Amino acid sequence: MHAALHEIRKIPPTALFGMLVITLYIIVAVFAPILAPYGESEIVAYEFEPWSSEYWLGTDSLGRDMATRMIYGARNTIGIALITTLLAFFIGCVAAFLSATLQGWVDQVISRAVDVVISIPTLIFALLLLTILGTSVYSLIGVIALIYSTFVFRIARAVAMGIVVMDYVEAARIRGEGLWWVMSREILPNAAPPLVAEFGLRFCFVFLTISGLSFLGLGIQPPAADWGSMVRENASLITFGDLTPLIPASAIGLLTVAVNFIVDWMLHKASGLKD
Amino acid sequence: MHPLIKLVIQRLALGLLTLFVVSLVIFISIELLPGDVAQQVLGQSATPETLAAFRQKLGLDLPMHTRYLNWLGAILQGDLGTSLISGASITELLSERLYNTFFLAGFAALISVPLAVCLGVITALYRGTPLDRAINIVSLTAISVPEFFVAYILVFIFSVELAWFPSITNLSHDAGLGERLHRTFLPALTLTLIVTAHMMRMTRASLINLLALPYIEMARLKGASPARTIVRHALPNAIAPIVTVIAINLAYLIVGVVIVEVVFVYPGLGQLLVDSVSKRDFTVVQAACLIFSATYILFNLASDLISIASNPRLMHRK
Amino acid sequence: MTLKLLNGSIGRRGFLAGSAAAVGLAHMPLPLRAQAQKGGTFRLSVNQGGTTDTLNPAEANGSQQIMVGWALRNNLTEIGSDNALHPELATSWSSDDAATWIFQLRQGVTFHNGKSLSPEDVIASLNLHRGEDSTSGAKSLLAGVTDISAEGDSAVRITLDAPNADFPFILSDYHFQIMPVGADGLLDMSGVGTGGYTLADWNPGIKTVLQRNPDYWKENAAHFDTVEVLLISDSAAATTALVTGEIDAVQSAEYRTLSQLGRDENIAIESISGGFHPTFAMQSGVEPFNNRDVRLALKYGVDREALVDRVLRGHGTVANDHPIAPTMPYFDPSIEQRAYDPDRAKYHLTQAGLDNLSVSLSVSDSLFAGAVDAVTLYREHAAPAGIDVQVAREPGDGYWSDVWMKKPFFTGSWGARPVPDMIFATAYAQNADWNESQFNHDQFQQLMIAARSELDEAKRGQMYSDMQVILRDEGGSVIPFFRNFVYARRTGVAHSENVASNWSLDGYKAIERWWAV
Repeated sequence: MHAALHEIRKIPPTALFGMLVITLYIIVAVFAPILAPYGESEIVAYEFEPWSSEYWLGTDSLGRDMATRMIYGARNTIGIALITTLLAFFIGCVAAFLSATLQGWVDQVISRAVDVVISIPTLIFALLLLTILGTSVYSLIGVIALIYSTFVFRIARAVAMGIVVMDYVEAARIRGEGLWWVMSREILPNAAPPLVAEFGLRFCFVFLTISGLSFLGLGIQPPAADWGSMVRENASLITFGDLTPLIPASAIGLLTVAVNFIVDWMLHKASGLKD
Repeated sequence: MHPLIKLVIQRLALGLLTLFVVSLVIFISIELLPGDVAQQVLGQSATPETLAAFRQKLGLDLPMHTRYLNWLGAILQGDLGTSLISGASITELLSERLYNTFFLAGFAALISVPLAVCLGVITALYRGTPLDRAINIVSLTAISVPEFFVAYILVFIFSVELAWFPSITNLSHDAGLGERLHRTFLPALTLTLIVTAHMMRMTRASLINLLALPYIEMARLKGASPARTIVRHALPNAIAPIVTVIAINLAYLIVGVVIVEVVFVYPGLGQLLVDSVSKRDFTVVQAACLIFSATYILFNLASDLISIASNPRLMHRK
Repeated sequence: MTLKLLNGSIGRRGFLAGSAAAVGLAHMPLPLRAQAQKGGTFRLSVNQGGTTDTLNPAEANGSQQIMVGWALRNNLTEIGSDNALHPELATSWSSDDAATWIFQLRQGVTFHNGKSLSPEDVIASLNLHRGEDSTSGAKSLLAGVTDISAEGDSAVRITLDAPNADFPFILSDYHFQIMPVGADGLLDMSGVGTGGYTLADWNPGIKTVLQRNPDYWKENAAHFDTVEVLLISDSAAATTALVTGEIDAVQSAEYRTLSQLGRDENIAIESISGGFHPTFAMQSGVEPFNNRDVRLALKYGVDREALVDRVLRGHGTVANDHPIAPTMPYFDPSIEQRAYDPDRAKYHLTQAGLDNLSVSLSVSDSLFAGAVDAVTLYREHAAPAGIDVQVAREPGDGYWSDVWMKKPFFTGSWGARPVPDMIFATAYAQNADWNESQFNHDQFQQLMIAARSELDEAKRGQMYSDMQVILRDEGGSVIPFFRNFVYARRTGVAHSENVASNWSLDGYKAIERWWAV
């Protein structure tokens, strides 16, 4: 108990702030139906009602409660972003470590396949795939994860290439350790820091990709709320100085900052620096 | 032969193979997309009879492989062909837009790459201080806002309120460099805000990752200043991941700026590509995608070469 | 019986073609256009089109092509600012039986290249849209034409396979622009026309520059010296460019920023009611839509007033499940307006033997601004009646080829037509290619054909009224509203007191109709 308290006290305030924010977001996402004052797509008033005790953040262009939409948005957005990023990192890292360890034709085949995917513009490739596969949530997750895994692959491979030539990896191989063992015990821990940094950013990029796709008429199906599309829907108001689109945008921004504060702390711990 | 030269030749050959596979992937994807050129051009006014006439005129009634081989044959002779819809020469259609795309990407890269690396070094140096946090918060906030929204905010501040820069680029053919820079400043600034954070964060992370290594400790113990330690000892060893992420972002500046082009009405390749995909104008899509792929392959090769050159272990491996 | 439709040279206070014409009108003075003056530059933004757009009118399907095309060229007839049919390159037309038409061509008109207008040019320009090899989007409009031939040096004879009193209206369609035949005997589609502007720089998808034609035959038209047509597909970018003065007019103003835009004193917002309407179309030959009660339940389940208020911000009028807008001839205001009535919807559902109904309605943002919002609201309206309308948002890309008329229940989008027959024949006739709701009604079909040759106005009006009632009660489309054209201009450009309601930007003819102040 004391040890745990001591550990917590050692966490820098920025990381604590990050954890607090993320905990809040998770609570909101999990208990959305209890917390939200109205139904997700329920029309409760006229459009663009100002902030009030009844409608905390006013109403949107169809007269739906903004606060409710934000709360449900947390659920849809974070869930999708998390699954997508995890999937992308799993695919990307496994492929990258295989490439780096085995080298030779395995590396060539995977790297060139990644080159093909990554060299086709992201939005165009997503547009092509989603138009072919349809725009269900599953295909959205699958397509974005596939595209992101190529970026993860590039970075993970670059880092892993530096690690596989290290003496300790050489030693493990000479000991006769299996491929999976080398990848998970030797390469992964040593490659983790830059990958964690990348994870922090990629996680937040998913929102942006979804909102970019809604620019092209793809994305999450209405009336489900997601923050990226909520920014898109109200974005043009900003050119008249109306701050409505800043609400979902700052929700994304706050989460990005929070996630990356924790990432920074983990980086710091992993580096073994004491200052 | 020097191993690096051998590698370059090998990679260029593989690059050509990659381009071939890309063209195949694009061709098949477009075939799989709902509707063809005829249906997309005619839209709601398509009738079976008109569609048949249209397809015959464009040779769309030929079997799939024949069409692909015809296109491939022409491209091998250096002929990009003509747009299926307008019949205009693709070389002509692309040349001005290609120039515009590279101009904007170059403009944004000139600002963002030095800025990102400097900020990365500074934040690694002063890690944990309020300066580090401030820079991180600002750049993370910039990166977490959708790019069209960044663009709208900049337009609101610099065009609507201050009237310093135009809200749409609207370039004329004979615009001088000064006018060009003025008119493309807002799109370039938008792109800078989007790519800087990513490069800066990776620079910072890679540097911090190295700081606890024995040789850095050694440099420090020898009395090198923290700044000297980072710039002279850590930075050279962090080049591989930094260059990789810079290459990804440079490629993005050329390939991925569709939305910025749309918002600033900038006549680059991205908008043309989206147009052509939605019209199923296969020859134009192919040409644009091949240019994008070649760009990416070259950047990728360059970043790998720099990574290898920066790491003696990779340079002289058994 | 003789049908004699003659039009002289008339100004904007014209009359409906089809009414008895007075030849003497030709000599009436042109009504004054308030202070229309020459000069200035007009920069306008359009939002439909792309880089690979051509100047071939057979392929025209977006505002960039249509507006540039109409600046360069003329039709035989045109819809004026007053929404009436006017002569353009034809000075008058006549027919004895509504099946054989003679169009007298305007004399002394030359193309930009100096060639004078001849019947051959007209014949070749119209034949572009006919025949087996034609790839024209307007092919079906001329499907009933059996022959086009020269009638002397200054007239053209067009023969139809069946009477159609509205035929001169058809020729005002934007596809039927007149181009010259070149020395090689082929149509010159490079942009040479008889229009008020010549092509200085055709750079589709980016910016097209037009210069005033000093020899334009039309009086009191083509006022600007230079016109720039920019393609801006992002409506927020277009709006901002208007606010900052980078452009003078936008084709379409976003609803959600209208009130902010209206506060700018340099900007005037135009909201013009017209016949543009969406349809929620059911394949009425297929379960469950083949049951009339199901169709009625879906029609009673939508709150039209709320859609006009919320989705259109009031810039529209409620519709009555038939496509004839109040601005169109033969609209019958005495037909009772269907109101939102969830109980009635529930009743019809019960009549159909159902407790509840779950349907998926396909829609795309690309159809019109607020399309997805409209379906989202419809879902909320229909819920109390036990109807679950699932919103299926489809990508705009491929919508017309893969969703429209392919899914059982989908959203359609129809432009304004100058006369009822053009929309009936296109979308509600039994064998029409675009009969999106699979509407199959014998009485309607007979009325539609009879009305084409019915020359007694009262009888014709009654027939069109009956057809509106049939569509309202039997048809397979929920037609919720007619959408206004909402666009904006800087007050530095002006127009006459009327603007056309067939298309945005003064019937897509702002280039030759508006002027700088």
